[in-house]
Amino acid sequence: MAWELNSDRPIYAQILEKLQVRIVCGVYPPGEWLPSVRDLAAEASVNPNTMQRAFSELERSGLVITQRNMGRVVTQDTQMIEAAKHKMAVTQTESFFTNMRQLGFSDSEIVSLVNSHTNDTNNANHAVVSNER
Amino acid sequence: MNEQYTTAAPLLQINDLCKRYPNMGNYMSVFHMNLTIPRGRIIGLLGPNGCGKTTLIKMINGLLAPTSGAVYINGMFPGAESKRVISYLPERTYLENGMKVRQMIDYFADFYADFSKEKAYSMLESLGISPEARLKTLSKGTKEKVQLILVMSREAELYILDEPIAGVDPAARDYILRTIITNYNPNSTIILSTHLISDIESVLDDVIFMKNGSLMLYTSVDAIRSQQNKSVDAYFREVYAC
Repeated sequence: MAWELNSDRPIYAQILEKLQVRIVCGVYPPGEWLPSVRDLAAEASVNPNTMQRAFSELERSGLVITQRNMGRVVTQDTQMIEAAKHKMAVTQTESFFTNMRQLGFSDSEIVSLVNSHTNDTNNANHAVVSNER
Repeated sequence: MNEQYTTAAPLLQINDLCKRYPNMGNYMSVFHMNLTIPRGRIIGLLGPNGCGKTTLIKMINGLLAPTSGAVYINGMFPGAESKRVISYLPERTYLENGMKVRQMIDYFADFYADFSKEKAYSMLESLGISPEARLKTLSKGTKEKVQLILVMSREAELYILDEPIAGVDPAARDYILRTIITNYNPNSTIILSTHLISDIESVLDDVIFMKNGSLMLYTSVDAIRSQQNKSVDAYFREVYAC
């Protein structure tokens, strides 16, 4: 199944993000081997050179380390992975706020919406749990 | 073993190439085209109908003689030697209708030293095509698949595919594109012409835009996306808006 890619941004940048998510979520755990460029390119249905470019960026950021002639492993530096995770969370939050402001909400309204949403979700989860009981 | 690839000449070089069809007045199908194609790339040859894509491809393959200018493949003019280097999928089928798929494979294996029967049979199996079927019993799309399998089963340095996916269903299209990706090797280049840009965009390194027989743009897919903030498909529609 080809990866879902947007049409308006460079492909390598989108692939880079998807690989970062996989590392941060532990799909590729710290210290583990990554699939080969060719396999991942086939999985994503993208050009191998594009995949290679995304890998090079990952190496530059330090999240991925190349073992000469053997392949690539995820860094064992869990702090670095946590930092990457935090950075992605900040980006997501910023874009959420930007979108909500475009809809005309003030920051305090957004926060109260978020609070009521988390309450609703918690209640819904409780409801599911009590139903199961 | 890589020594043969370290030759100084580029894989494909086109110098000031022109083609005029005599019975079409002074109309130039290809007009002062210059192009240098390196190894290890997957390149889309794009442009509206009648912009000269197929004429250019035929000159690269030595099927048409240039009016002026020259084509060099590994520094050589097109000829018997360059056919060893190039695996070419023409825009229309040339296979013998009465032959079985298996016979076609034997024929290609006989003709081209770099042909891999194993690869051909494995692709036939993936696409559910029987080697015992006679070509005339196959649908148009299936015939196109067979022809593409034959072309992709060679270990060529340059693959030139003229409209390789136009007639096949979307699922087979995905398989073909995956085949192109998994067969990718840094010493060979694939040039493919198509109108189905959005289908192949993520597979391409570079795109060549042609207009009225001339080279309009030769750049990378990600360069278009980052400079124009739109897909190559959307950019094409803008550039060639009627």
